[in-house]
Amino acid sequence: MTKFTIPRITFWRCITVLLAVLVAGIVVRRFTFGLGSISNLHDGMPWGLWIGFDLLCGVALAAGGFTITAIVFVFHLEKYKVLVRPTILTAFLGYLIVIGALLVDLGRPWNIWHPIVFWNPHSVMFEVGWCVMLYTTVLFMEFLPFVLERFGIHKPLRLWHRYLTPVLVLAGVLLSTMHQSSLGTLYVIAPQKLHPFWYSQALPILFFVSAIPLGLAMVSVESYLSLRAFGKRLHPEILRDVGKATAVMLMFYLTIRIEDIIVRGEFGNIFAFDAASWFFLAEFVIGGLVPMFLLFRRDIRENSLALMGTQTLVVLGMIFNRMNVTVTGFQLGTGASYIPSWMEFVLSIGMVCIGMILFSFAVRNLPVFEEGPLEDPRPTDPIAEMTR
Amino acid sequence: MSIYGLLFDQTECIGCGACEQACQAEHDQEPHEVTKLDDQSYNWVEDLGDDVFTRHFCMNCEDPTCVSVCPVAAFTKTELGPVVWDASKCMGCRYCMLACPFEIPKFEWYSRNPRIEKCDMCIHRVSERLPTACASICPTGATTFGLREDLLREAHRRLNDNPERYAGRVYGEHEAGGTSVLMLLSKDPAASGLPANVPHESLPHLTWSVLERLPQIIPVWGVFLGGMYWLTDRKNTVADIEGYQREHDDD
Repeated sequence: MTKFTIPRITFWRCITVLLAVLVAGIVVRRFTFGLGSISNLHDGMPWGLWIGFDLLCGVALAAGGFTITAIVFVFHLEKYKVLVRPTILTAFLGYLIVIGALLVDLGRPWNIWHPIVFWNPHSVMFEVGWCVMLYTTVLFMEFLPFVLERFGIHKPLRLWHRYLTPVLVLAGVLLSTMHQSSLGTLYVIAPQKLHPFWYSQALPILFFVSAIPLGLAMVSVESYLSLRAFGKRLHPEILRDVGKATAVMLMFYLTIRIEDIIVRGEFGNIFAFDAASWFFLAEFVIGGLVPMFLLFRRDIRENSLALMGTQTLVVLGMIFNRMNVTVTGFQLGTGASYIPSWMEFVLSIGMVCIGMILFSFAVRNLPVFEEGPLEDPRPTDPIAEMTR
Repeated sequence: MSIYGLLFDQTECIGCGACEQACQAEHDQEPHEVTKLDDQSYNWVEDLGDDVFTRHFCMNCEDPTCVSVCPVAAFTKTELGPVVWDASKCMGCRYCMLACPFEIPKFEWYSRNPRIEKCDMCIHRVSERLPTACASICPTGATTFGLREDLLREAHRRLNDNPERYAGRVYGEHEAGGTSVLMLLSKDPAASGLPANVPHESLPHLTWSVLERLPQIIPVWGVFLGGMYWLTDRKNTVADIEGYQREHDDD
C-alpha cells in the first residue's frame, strides 16, 4: 500500500510509448520549423483541431469536476460523494492537457503568462486565459488532499476539508461558469464567419448549459473506462441516477438550443438537407435527442451496458457540437478549406493518452477511489462484468 | 484628435503595382511579386480583369476588432489612425486572425518565433505627418492620404459628381463601425474581392455586451450557490438533530 507500483509491460503500453516518441518528434519539429510544418492551419483557418478538440472539448469534458462537486458540496447530496474524487482527477488532468495543447498551439508559448501583466478586459481571450490559470490552480488544490492523504499527512487535512474545501468548490463552480461560457463567447465576435446554425449571441449560455449534461455523462464514461482498466464496478445505482439527471439537463439544453435556432429564424433551414443541415441534424438528433429519449427510459438506465453506450453518445454529441463551432461551422461560414494533418491528429491522440496514463497512475497510487489505491487489474471480461 | 486615413479610388487605379513595391521597400521586405496577403505582403493589388483592380490592405478600423480581442493588448489604435501590433506582448493565440472581419492579420507559419504581420499604415511616416509609402508613390492619385474626415467628404463629392462611375457607396464609411481606410469602388465589394458581409456596426460591442455583464452575474450566482450551501447543510444538521432525538425517544 505504501509502495509505488510500476506499470506492467503490455501491448498497449508499447503502442503508447511509440506514440510518445512520435509526439516528442512532432513537438521538436514544431519548435524548430514553426506551426506550419506540422499542421494544415493557414491564415484563413487560424484555429483547427487543437483548439476545437484539445481545448474546447478538453474543457467541456472536464465539466464533471464542477458539476459533481457542486452536487455534493454545495447541494449536499452526499450519496454522490464516491464520484467526487475521480471527477476532480479527470478535470485536473483535462486542464493540464488543455495547457499542454496551448503550449503547442500558441505561436509564442513562452509569453503565455502575459495576460497576467498586460491586461485587456475587453478581450474574451483575456477572460479565458485567467479562467485557465485560476481554475487549474483550484483543481490542483482540490487534488492536493489525495497526495497529502497518500503520505499520511492527516492533520492539516481536517482543517482543509472543514474550511478550504467549501471555498474551493464555490470558486471552482464560479470559474467554470465563466470558463465554459467564455469559450462560446470567443465566437460571438465573428457573426459573419460562423454558419448561422452555430453562431448565436447566446453561445456563452449554450456552452455553459451543455457542459452540465456533458459533465454528468463523462462521469459514466469514466467509470466505464475504470471498469475496463481495473475491473471495477462503480455503483450502478448512482450511475442510474446520474443518467436521469443527464436526461433532464440534456432536455434543458436541447430546448434552449432549438429555441435559439427558431428565434434567429433558422428553423426552416434545418431541413434544407445540405451539408450544414446534415451536420446540425447529426449533432442535434443523434448526439442529443436520441440519447435524451433513451436516458428517460428505465430499461436503458437499468442495463449498465446500454447506459454507458447512451452516455457515450451524449459525450460524442457534445464533442461534435464543439467541433462544429470551431471547424465545420467556421468553414461553412468562411469557405476556408482545412483538413487536419496527420501530425495534428497524432498530437491530439497523444494528449488524450497522456491523460489516460496519468489517470491510471493516479488511481493506482493515490486514494482516488474510496477503497484507496487500486491494485493491479483483475483479469475479468469487462462486458460480462457489466451485463452481470 | 485628428485621424488620418487613406482613400482608394478603384476607378483611378491602373494596376501598376508601384504601391506594392513601395510598401515592401518601406518595410524592409525582399522585393517580390504579390498574389495574396501573407506574412511578407501587407499590400496586394488584385487584378479583377477588364482593367479593374482592387487594393487589399489593413482597413485600420476606427474601433478595431483586433484591438478588442487581443488578450495581451498587443494591438493599439494610435491617435493618428494606424492600428499597430507590439511584438513584445503577443503570445501568438491568433484570435485577431479569427476575429478580424477583413481577414487582415497574417501569421508566420514557418517561424519558430512567429509574428503577426499586417499593414501598419506606415505609422513611422504618419507620425511625421508624411503620407504612407503607397499614397506617396501612386502615379494616378488612386490612393490619397489625408485626414479621414476630409477624405470622406472628398469621396462623397466624387460619388455625387459621377454617380454612374461608382457602385453606390463608400466602402469603409460604415463597415465594422467605420474604418480609417475608405474605398470608392466601381464594382460592389463582393465583385471587387473584398469582404461584403462585414456588419455595419463595430464588432467589439458584441463580446463586450457579454463580458460587461459578468460583474453582475457572478456575484448573483455566487450568492445563490453560497446560499444553497448554507441551506442544504442546515437541512442535514436538522436531520441529524431529529435523528438524535428519535434515538433518545426510544430509550
